[in-house]
Amino acid sequence: MNTDDLPVLSIELLKASIEELLASYSVRILAFFAMPNKDLENTEKPFHLIAILLDASTRTLLGAAAEVGTRYTAFTPLIPALHLFEREIAEQYNITPEGHPWLKPVRSQNMTDADDAAQEANTENPADSEAAKFFRLSGKATHEVAVGPVHAGVIEPGHFRFQCLGEDVHHLEIALGYQHRGIEAMLKGGPDLRSLHYAETVSGDTTIASVSNYAAIIEALSDTTPSGESLLLRNILLELERIVNHAGDIGALAGDVAYLPTSSYCGRIRGEYLNMTAEVAGNRFGRNVIIPGGMRTGLSSEKAEKLLNWLYKTKYELDVALDIMLDEPTALDRFEGLGTITEFDARTIGAVGVAARAAGLDIDARFDLPPAGEDTAEQLFPFSSSPIPACSGDVISRIKIRRHEIENSHAWLFEVLKNAIEKPFTNIDPPKTSGKLAPDSFAVAVTEAWRGELVHVVFTDEAGRFKHYKIIDPSFRNWFALALSLREAQISDFPICNKSFNLSYCGHDL
Amino acid sequence: MWYICFFLSLLLAPLVPGIINKTKAFYAGRYGPRLLQRYYDIVKLLKKGTVRSTTSTWVLALAPSISLAATLTAALFMPFAVYKSPVSFEGDIIVFFYLLAAGRVALIFGALDTGSAFEGMGASREAQFSALCESIVFGVIAFIILLTGRLSLSTSLIGLDFTAWSQTGTSLALVAVAFFAALLAENSRVPFDDPETHLELTMIHEAMVLDNSGPDFAFIQYASALKLWLMISFIVLLILPLKATSPIVSGLLFFGGVFVISVIIGIVESVIARFRLLKIPQVFAGALALTLIAIMIYMVFEI
Repeated sequence: MNTDDLPVLSIELLKASIEELLASYSVRILAFFAMPNKDLENTEKPFHLIAILLDASTRTLLGAAAEVGTRYTAFTPLIPALHLFEREIAEQYNITPEGHPWLKPVRSQNMTDADDAAQEANTENPADSEAAKFFRLSGKATHEVAVGPVHAGVIEPGHFRFQCLGEDVHHLEIALGYQHRGIEAMLKGGPDLRSLHYAETVSGDTTIASVSNYAAIIEALSDTTPSGESLLLRNILLELERIVNHAGDIGALAGDVAYLPTSSYCGRIRGEYLNMTAEVAGNRFGRNVIIPGGMRTGLSSEKAEKLLNWLYKTKYELDVALDIMLDEPTALDRFEGLGTITEFDARTIGAVGVAARAAGLDIDARFDLPPAGEDTAEQLFPFSSSPIPACSGDVISRIKIRRHEIENSHAWLFEVLKNAIEKPFTNIDPPKTSGKLAPDSFAVAVTEAWRGELVHVVFTDEAGRFKHYKIIDPSFRNWFALALSLREAQISDFPICNKSFNLSYCGHDL
Repeated sequence: MWYICFFLSLLLAPLVPGIINKTKAFYAGRYGPRLLQRYYDIVKLLKKGTVRSTTSTWVLALAPSISLAATLTAALFMPFAVYKSPVSFEGDIIVFFYLLAAGRVALIFGALDTGSAFEGMGASREAQFSALCESIVFGVIAFIILLTGRLSLSTSLIGLDFTAWSQTGTSLALVAVAFFAALLAENSRVPFDDPETHLELTMIHEAMVLDNSGPDFAFIQYASALKLWLMISFIVLLILPLKATSPIVSGLLFFGGVFVISVIIGIVESVIARFRLLKIPQVFAGALALTLIAIMIYMVFEI
């Protein structure tokens, strides 16, 4: 869409509108960020605050902007789901959301993104050192446990600070931002040869969702329509990615409670699904296969048939591996009632994806925002064939939701692959277009990645280059949910809780 | 003969974790680490230098040696097969278990000395659970003393033969189950602890020894393998009526029994998940109840 079509409201009106829209439970926030505006550079309000919302009842995206200076009244007290977004805004552009309860830096004190003139002009960093400190529990019997950023396992850097009374955790604070990747900054000025690869590496286990979003952005901005077969193939890969991670995570959860059989089987079975991805895409994590406008490779009937049989066989093995764990009382005892997030909390903090669904929120971008206008549209997303299991927001609920999604993805993949045997995907080349992006426009892409909805928002400048590339990884929304789920839990149960979310560090440390 | 068995036990002790891991690997459909892996680990560690945190004192430096020394001394009181320990005396059964406890206390002090949050947590858990576990062990000892009227490991354990099983089988079986639970807990095995985990926050024993390295850690590894061997020996002597066989057969049965119990531990670890920390005291209470019931059965029906 053209940038001029984005309504610019006053800051008060923007806040009131978001608040009013959120009151109807079908609306949720997708993105909220600040963007420097060249036209307004010398005015008192050189930034635009951009809010993108999704109305699931009408399946529409809502967007609005507001001009702000270096201070505005924080939205967070009224709309807690925005708390992390506002912290990010404060950190990146030194804009102070006044009245924000907790302006702790999100990623670091001095973000690499601070190359803007506005930042230099305003040297007073709102993320002051007092706010940067960890909350502490005082008292003789309390103790503090610090974990990370260097961990015992091969995982990414993140610091966890537990305030404990004996074995009970009263508060967990998660500090991320050790990676300083600067992906959003590097994407500025694109698209160029590297942009696609940056998009692929946003978070390695979410490659397909991320690059689908990137492709959708380029397609929308250059008015290119990829073939239905290309879109279908992207979704096949996306569902494989979902199964890979769900199966791997449930296996890892089994490992964390020392339940060996499921742990080992799932480890191997995850590899089977990765290899299926490689069979289609030529890469186990689906890199280098999705390109703007189409795909690099199609799907022949032989491959579809091979994949179908492979899927049937592996699905059976996965069922056995999951059933033995879900029938094992000692394993269930570890998962039940642990790490609970209530529906109210999940909605209030704006959790997304598996975590939100496990708390009882019915949000899923695959259903809330299906692709429109294609012949294959109803085929393009895996519709829910079985009812969502009853959930109470604890670890076992997240396992059940993941299992449910594994079932649904398989059911859908079986259908699509059966059709693909009859009618192989050959029409996958990008249509010939100029490839030029529309100037002064913006596009929003939303994909339900396996963790939750992944949102890319892109603005182009007058030459059709990326002026602002904003990525909101589902992990960014859900890390706070993890912290909440640990309240009053046992510190020894943290790894299980953590694994049930399995959030991305690099997706957060963009 | 006792000396041969004693040195054979010292030599074979690190094999037990290898057998357990092989069993677990078999259940998981993997090859698993080599049977002799623990030997390689110990040799590797002995060759390395020791690194100690600058905040620690001589307590940490001494802890592994004390732990190893205590375990080795405890081994001296252990009868093997039908051979009595040369240093046994009436009452050494108490000395035996408190020497094992002394080894652990040394490690707990060492862990507290590092000042690390993880080690403090591990030490606290280890102290809490071993205090509870002690009640089971002493329930078992009380039963054995009632059964044999002897207070020494050598005389009481070797005294058991077929008549023990035929007359007091029920209570003996209950005691064996309770002691097996204590064995798993004392040696930080699943379902009480997870020796394989890399998650510091869930560890009990492993968290305590995070700061040990090099030869110190080799000592700890060897001492824990030996302790496992001794407690398995205890249960083998308790349930196998070795006295009824010839000396050579009894020796073979004894070592065979130790390896069979190791396999059983491996199987237990493969088929159940680890308990919640909060549940562990309840399991201990259950095991203690078993020993008390055994004593009651013995005193009411079998005496």
